[in-house]
Formats: sequence, structure tokens, C-alpha cells
Amino acid sequence: MKREQPDISGKAVSGCITLNQGAGMSRGAATVGRRTAVPFWRDERVLKVLAQIAFVVLVLAIGLWALSNYRERGLKFSFGFLDEEASFDLAEGIAFSPTDSYARAFLVGVVNTARVASLGIVLATLLGLVTGIARLSDNWLVSKIASIYIEIVRNTPLLVQLFFLYFAVILKLPQLKVRDEITAITLPGPTYLSNRGLALPWPRPSESFGSWWPFLVVALIVTVLLWILRARGVQRTGHPSFNFLWVVSAFVTVPVIGWLVVPGNPLVLDVPVIEGLRATGGTVLSPEFVALTLGLVVYTGAFIAEVVRAGILAVPKGQTEAARAQGFTNGQILRLIVLPQALRVIIPPLISQYLNLTKNSSLAVGIGFLDLYAVSSTMLNQSGRVVEVFLMIMASYLSMSLSVSLIMNVVNRRIQIVER
Amino acid sequence: MAVQSDVVKPPRTEVGLLGWLKKNLFSTWYNALLTIFSMTFIYVVLRAVITWVVRDARWAVVTTNLKVFMIGRYPREEAWRVWISLGIVVLLAVLTWLLRRAAGNPIQRWLVVGWLLSFPLIGILLRGFSREGPFLRLVPEDLWSGLLLTLVLAIVGIVASFPLGVLLALGRRSKLPIVKTLCTVYIETIRGVPLISVLFMSQLMLPLFLPPEVRLSTVMRALTGMTLFSAAYTAENVRGGLAAIPIGQYEAARAVGLNEVLVMGLIVLPQALRAVIPAIVGQFISLFKDTTLVTIVGLLDLLGIAKAVTGQQEFIGLHKEVYAFAAAIFFACCYTMSYASRRLEQALGVGER
Repeated sequence: MKREQPDISGKAVSGCITLNQGAGMSRGAATVGRRTAVPFWRDERVLKVLAQIAFVVLVLAIGLWALSNYRERGLKFSFGFLDEEASFDLAEGIAFSPTDSYARAFLVGVVNTARVASLGIVLATLLGLVTGIARLSDNWLVSKIASIYIEIVRNTPLLVQLFFLYFAVILKLPQLKVRDEITAITLPGPTYLSNRGLALPWPRPSESFGSWWPFLVVALIVTVLLWILRARGVQRTGHPSFNFLWVVSAFVTVPVIGWLVVPGNPLVLDVPVIEGLRATGGTVLSPEFVALTLGLVVYTGAFIAEVVRAGILAVPKGQTEAARAQGFTNGQILRLIVLPQALRVIIPPLISQYLNLTKNSSLAVGIGFLDLYAVSSTMLNQSGRVVEVFLMIMASYLSMSLSVSLIMNVVNRRIQIVER
Repeated sequence: MAVQSDVVKPPRTEVGLLGWLKKNLFSTWYNALLTIFSMTFIYVVLRAVITWVVRDARWAVVTTNLKVFMIGRYPREEAWRVWISLGIVVLLAVLTWLLRRAAGNPIQRWLVVGWLLSFPLIGILLRGFSREGPFLRLVPEDLWSGLLLTLVLAIVGIVASFPLGVLLALGRRSKLPIVKTLCTVYIETIRGVPLISVLFMSQLMLPLFLPPEVRLSTVMRALTGMTLFSAAYTAENVRGGLAAIPIGQYEAARAVGLNEVLVMGLIVLPQALRAVIPAIVGQFISLFKDTTLVTIVGLLDLLGIAKAVTGQQEFIGLHKEVYAFAAAIFFACCYTMSYASRRLEQALGVGER
């Protein structure tokens, strides 16, 4: 092979050399180069460098031209405005007053987006899992209902769904109170659903919470230890064990013991009470938050359902048949045989659905929820710092995307190793 | 015949309608339970929807505003130009559909030319020449609205982003480190941020970086944003197609003496682009849905018009009817497109590989 190479190249010198690409081949080219000199304008190494220089010059030229246009308008670039007083109010999320700084306002937005995205990811996963499995059900009706839901949701824009949910459903709910009479939809709890949002009962820590929380930490440690021990036991003996049941009961038992030991109740259930025209106490979710979360969950859930379905279909049929032949029940087959294998296929597209959900939460601005994006555009209008605020928006979304994909990649790697 | 009469017929519960019911709805006790539950669910939902659609909804808001939904603020006396443009597209689409099996027919080549010509033709037809002219009076882009704007944004977005996307994909696969890094950074940044931020950027930031004498209309700015955004996604799709081309194709092309450019242009790209057609159709559908985001930056696409219609004095508070109608139009368009793309995928045999 090595001896042949110069002969071949020798016959069609110029043609071949410019085409050589691989590292192994370049040695051959070099030997030929010594025999018949290649003019530098046909030498690939020179051409590569020249092409890159030309590219950089082009990009720089466009960039500098754009920058000079920017300078001509007399605009400066600095992040100093972040310390200035924001002088607008934000009604959603962590405490904020108009005298706080722009930086604090931005933080409020980031926290609100994180709230919607994290709640949305959890709920959408559950909905997607259930719908995806329902789509594959033996029951004709169940599978049809699931597929109609998926088709309708996937083929209409998210923003239209959000507008419908917010303007046509949530804002059309009954008022909280009309003339001393509660008109809101009342669910057990009591939970009030009205056009002012959703008021839920919520546990609040009392004075004895300080002596109770160590029990939670202990419970966590015990759970993790137990999980590792049980997993080892399963590996050693090969007997199936009710791992999940053990761990959950440990996680529940320790705090319950703590509850009995600690004087008084560490957590008190705070119940919403309707005072005047608004609900206080408990947790009150704003109508915008409810609409946005619900919309994102319904929309992303349909996409996750398709991901789940594809993952389950990717598991060979023989696996199900073999499991059935060994006497597994349908539930066991799904839980022990099919889902663990399907997860491998499901996780990578699931990551991109989570990222989509996070990015789609920026549509909040359309229905007036104060997420990262909506707060930023208010900041932008107030301060006029277009470029700076945009860089901050981009940096936040990019870091969120990167951290979600980082976490999910770790999960992905774990699952792949365990299985193979 | 006589022998067969001895054969025992299958039980009535195993064949026909009863058999189907038993197999699909009542195979086990929990399936029967699920069926009854689902039927109740369907009954409740259908009853609510049908009573609303037939009895309670006030569809007058939609029927009176039908033209507004379609072309929005486009001058009424010039509306014929929109219908002619639509006619051209429909004609071309029908011809393409009818001649889809006649491979190698010279008419097919003319059809491609027709499609290519139709873009500038429709552009001129819609926009017109000058403000005073007797024929084809100028209709500035800012007056384009309704479904018309939605379609223009989606189609121009995907067509304009295509060459840019191919270049970015080639750049990302290039062996030149600087080109590769810059292309990768561009693609990953755009894919990492939401479309709405790119749209806002094109509305607010783009004018700052252009010379003051260049004034882009809001529609043009939105189009720029859509194109820049879509190009990153096209690039990833094309990259997938490029990765699917076996290395032997490159090697064979080089062996017959083609240079880098010709290898790409004549051998690799044609095969890669054919393989990514279904992905591009999928991208077009999602871009079509994403055009609704221009509502947030103040443009009047179909959803923007719908929002404006809900504010009309005589139809106040009819959000349900208006948004349901908008959703129905989007559903009809997207469902048809995804159905067509599934057929296309079968025709191209992409799924079979």
C-alpha cells in the first residue's frame, strides 16, 4: 500500500493532491510534493488557512459595520443600570417593590420561569406517560381518546391554546364572591377556583418546625442508605424485592416518628379564606400562572406521549411475549420488562421536550404572566438598554437549557450503563 | 358442501360485531370498566361541545369577520390580488399532485420552474409597484395581515432559511476549525433560546445595528427574525441528512476526480437533501404554528387578528368562538400537512431504510 501510493499520485499529480484530506494520506502528499512542487495556490494547507482568514475577515467586517452603526446612534454599552431603581411593580413571585433594583426584578423573572418550568416538567411527564400508554392500550376507546387528544393538541399552536385557556376559560370562570355569596367553584380542601386564580390549602411551618426538620434529613439519609443496601442485596441474591415499598415506607416512617416526638404540630395546614374580594391564606396561584402551567402541561404532554409511545414500540415484541410466557402479569410486564428498556429510547427525545417546555414558557408574555421574558421586556422599555437586556435573556435561557440537558444526560448515562 | 355442514360455526361472541366488541372493549373486567368510564367521558365532553357549538355559541362574530380573518387590513379593492395568488398556488399544487407518478415527464420539469417563478410573481402581485400607479398599486407589507400574513411568514421563512441552513450545516461539518466553531456557536445559541426572543431582537435590536437610512417595516423585521431562527433548525436537519450519506459516496466521487465543491454539489447534497425532505416538512409545520408568536410583537397574523376581533364593540367577550375558530383553521392546515408529509415519506421510501 505504501509503496503503491507515490506511483498512483505520480500519474495525476495536481488532481490528486488537492483532493487528499485524511491525515494518513497527507504523508503521501508530502512525498509527492518533494518530487513535483505544488504551486502554493493549489496547496491544500495554504488554501485552508486562506479560506479561514477570508471567513474571519468577512464576519469581522459585518460585525464592525453593525457596531459602527450602533455607535453612530450614540448608544453606550454597560450593565451599570442593573443597580438603578426599577420603579415598576411586579405582582407575581418573590417579594418585590418598585424601589428595588433592576437586578432584583430580573431575579423575580428567573424564579417565576423556574417555578413554571419545574412544575410543568413534572406534570407533563406524568400526563405524557399516562397518555402514551393509553395510546397503546388494547381498549379501542381508550386508545382513540388518547390519539384524538394528541392530534388536536399537536396540530394547533401553543399560543392559540394559551389564549383560549386564559381569555376564554380561566377569565370566564365565576367570580370569587358576588354579594356576600361565594360563587367560586369550591372543591374539597377547601379549594377555590375562580377568575382570580386557584386558592389551595398549603402546609405552613409552625414554631416546632425547627426541631422537626432534622428528622427529614435523617429520613433522607436512611432512605438513600436503604436503597443502596437493598440494591446490593438484589444483585447478590438475584431475588426480586419490593425495593420501592421499603424505601417509601422508610421515608414516611421517620418523619412520622418525629411528628409524634416533637411537641405540637410542626406543620399547620393553612386554609384559604375569602376576605373581601380576594382569597388569603393557603397558596393562591394567579390565573396567569394556572393558564400558563396548564397550557404548557397539556401541550408538552401530547408530545411526550408520542415519545413514550415510540419508546415502548421500540421494545421488541418478543420481550413482552417471553415475559407473558413466564407468567408475568400485564402490569408487571410494563413495569419490569418494557418500561426499563423503553426508557433508553425515551430519554434523549424527552430531554429535548423538557427544553422545549422551558423555552415555550416565554410565551407567558402573551397572557401577562411575569416570567423571565416578560420582566425583561418591561426592563427594556424602562431603561432602553436593548442590547444588554437581550444578552441577559440569552444567557439565562442558554444556562437553563444547558443545566437541564446536563442533568438529563447524567440520568441518561446511568440508565444506559445499568441496562447494558 | 355436505362435509362442511358438520363444521361447528364459531361462537357468536367471537366473530362479527360482537366479536369485535368483546376483543376490543370488554376483553377483561378492567377493560370493561375502562370502556364504561371512557363512554361516560365521551358522552359528557361531546354533549358539552355540541350544545355549545350548535346552541350557545354566537358564530356571528366569525361569519361577519371572515374576510378580516383571511386578509386583515389588506385593502378590500385590491383583494383580488390575494385570490389570484392563492389560485396560482392551488393550480400548481393540484398539477403537482396529479403528476406525482409521471416521473421523468417533461411537464414535471416545467412544474419546478413554475414553482420557482411563482414566488417572485406572487411577491410582486401582493406588494405592487408604486403608490400612484394605475395598475397594481403599492400595498406596503405592514398592511398584510390575517391568514395571508401567517402563510407569507411561514413560507418565506422556510424558503429563505433553506440556503442559509445548508451553508450552516456544511460549515458545521467543515474541517476548518474557525468556520466550524462559529457555525456551531450560531446554531446552538439560536436553538437554545426561545423564538420570541429572536423575534423581539429582530424588532428592537436589528434597527440599531443597521444604518439609520435603512428602514425595515415590522413585517420585514419579523421575516428576518423567522429566517435567522429557522436557519439553525434547517441546518441541524440538513446535517442529519449529510451524516446519512455513506462515506463511500465521497470516496467514489473523489476517485473519479471531482473536487470538494463538485463532490458536495453533485453527489452528496442531492442525496442528502432528498433524505431530509420529510424533516423539512415537519419543520415547516412547526414554523407555521410558530408564526403565531408575531402576535406578541404586535403584528396582525391570524391570531393577532383574532385578538383584535375579540375587542370589537359589538362582539365583546366572545373569546371562545374567535379562538376556537382560529384553532380550527390551524388544525385543518397542520393536520392536512402532516397527513401529506406521511404520504410523501412513504412515496420517498425514507422510512424503509
